[in-house]
Amino acid sequence: MKPSNTRKGFFAEGVLTAPSFLWLALFFAVPTLIVVSFTFHGHTPNGGVAESWSLVTWRALADPDYPSIIWRTLRISVEVTLWCILLSLPCAYAIARMDKRRRPLIAAAIMLPFWTSFVVRVFAWRTMLHPDGWLQSCYLSYLRCCEWLFNCLPAFLQHALTGLGLASPEPLDPALATALDSEVAVVLVSVYSFLPFALMPIYSAAEKFDFSLMEAARDLGANSFYAFRKIFVPCIRQGIVSAVLMVFIPAIGSYVIPQMLGGTNCVLIGNKIFMRAIQNRNIPHASALATLMAVSVLVPMALTVWWRARQKARDKKKADIGMAAQIPGATV
Amino acid sequence: MKKSFFAPTVLGLVLLFLYIPILLVIAYGFSTDGISMRFFDADGHFLGFTFKWYKQLFTGVYSVRSLLDSFWLSLEIAGIATVVSCAIGTTAALALHRWKSRLQTVHYALVYTPLVMPDILIGISLLMLFVACRVECGFWTILIAHITFCVSYVVMTVLARLQDFDRSIIEAAYDLGASPLYAFFKVELPILMPGIVAGGLLAFTLSIDDVVITAFVNGAGTNTFPTYVSSMVKHSKNLPAVFALSTVMLIATCVLAGISRMISKRHSA
Repeated sequence: MKPSNTRKGFFAEGVLTAPSFLWLALFFAVPTLIVVSFTFHGHTPNGGVAESWSLVTWRALADPDYPSIIWRTLRISVEVTLWCILLSLPCAYAIARMDKRRRPLIAAAIMLPFWTSFVVRVFAWRTMLHPDGWLQSCYLSYLRCCEWLFNCLPAFLQHALTGLGLASPEPLDPALATALDSEVAVVLVSVYSFLPFALMPIYSAAEKFDFSLMEAARDLGANSFYAFRKIFVPCIRQGIVSAVLMVFIPAIGSYVIPQMLGGTNCVLIGNKIFMRAIQNRNIPHASALATLMAVSVLVPMALTVWWRARQKARDKKKADIGMAAQIPGATV
Repeated sequence: MKKSFFAPTVLGLVLLFLYIPILLVIAYGFSTDGISMRFFDADGHFLGFTFKWYKQLFTGVYSVRSLLDSFWLSLEIAGIATVVSCAIGTTAALALHRWKSRLQTVHYALVYTPLVMPDILIGISLLMLFVACRVECGFWTILIAHITFCVSYVVMTVLARLQDFDRSIIEAAYDLGASPLYAFFKVELPILMPGIVAGGLLAFTLSIDDVVITAFVNGAGTNTFPTYVSSMVKHSKNLPAVFALSTVMLIATCVLAGISRMISKRHSA
């Protein structure tokens, strides 16, 4: 019994489509359109939205405050994405080369830390990076150790090291390890939080990779890094593209991590939106920033869809040419 | 072939990097210092361990009451959101799989877009809607928001399961005299169940972990576990209780995962 275009078929389609369609239209599409429409209004001093249509809000985005925040968000997202990919590639390679029975175990071991609440994990990082935290005390003991070793050395060696610039007679700055409230902390914890999103697609691509190709490359004289770069990476590029998207999208929309670890030194678009919407009650500005964020996510998304379609078309063309070449007398 | 040591070393370091915060979460739950959670004082003396936070959690004393309340609220919202989004998501996946009309193209776009939208945009747009409709923010607005972002994930998981589903089984059921409803509940639904369960688990984890969207629509005074924890950052005297509760949750999740794995193994054997 095939679904037919009868009245009954339409009725069944309507019944099955209606719940999700209406729900998402009401609670996703309509609110998003409201937000976009608010960007074409000014704001009133009492926290409302002005009646008349204008471009005031979009012009206000050019004031010195916003471009630096937008730029910082993009830069940090790119940094985080690069780190995640760079770390995931060797990891995925290592897991894919393992014994088949051990692979799911390692994959589970990677996912296990993410069964704890996200906020709690970020909180743990915050405590760790805090000036009273143990990273700082490790660093201090390291400094003390160095100082003690330095004092043990004979005087001429001390002078030589100082002269070479390898040691300084001044005590080192003990606050050096206080990474909290800085961009470094935000990048570090973002990489920590988004790493599995990069690792999983790259790993599932690497699992299907035929490792005898690597051996072939080495037989032909390639060293292992060259083979990794020229054979392994191009073969799993689909997985890498998915990984880039999976990390870049949450990194652009990041709010909790900069809020808890960046302090006032690393305010990103997400924090600014929250600040404008909840604290300043400047709804048009918050809407404009949110729209901008959505666009910066949708553009790479659309590019990927286009790239995938082109690759598919190209593969198909190649296959067609290959088939045609096999037919004797066929002209391509 | 010569074995490369570089990749396994990176893997080892990455695993270490992933586990340090988890070990800290467990360790902090035993800390005697309720504010900065140190184990050593300024002179390097060991301050010792304590089970006091666990005792507080299990007896539910006043100081951890709001933490426990937020935790139960999280569970409640995640539970309801999972059930509702599974129901809505499964019907949507069935419709998307069976019909290829223009309506379904729009439907698919509507289901797919929330997956790539930043959370903060979903949060702010829902807040605008609730403010425009003069709805008081609280339990119901949080629930609506959670169902909204969970539905898409359920649809995608169930749709993946439907893709390798052999429709001729349903036709066989019809040939044997089953009514469409009977065939759906007795044949199609049991085959789809693993997909629905996987989607539901995903929805549950996403819902129980969400901070950003909840922070927009929770209104004053209603806190889920994640928003409560993030509000504790600045001022709190019983921080280790949060970590103790997380440790309990982690152990519970591991046990549940182990049990489900055993059951699925027994089924496949």
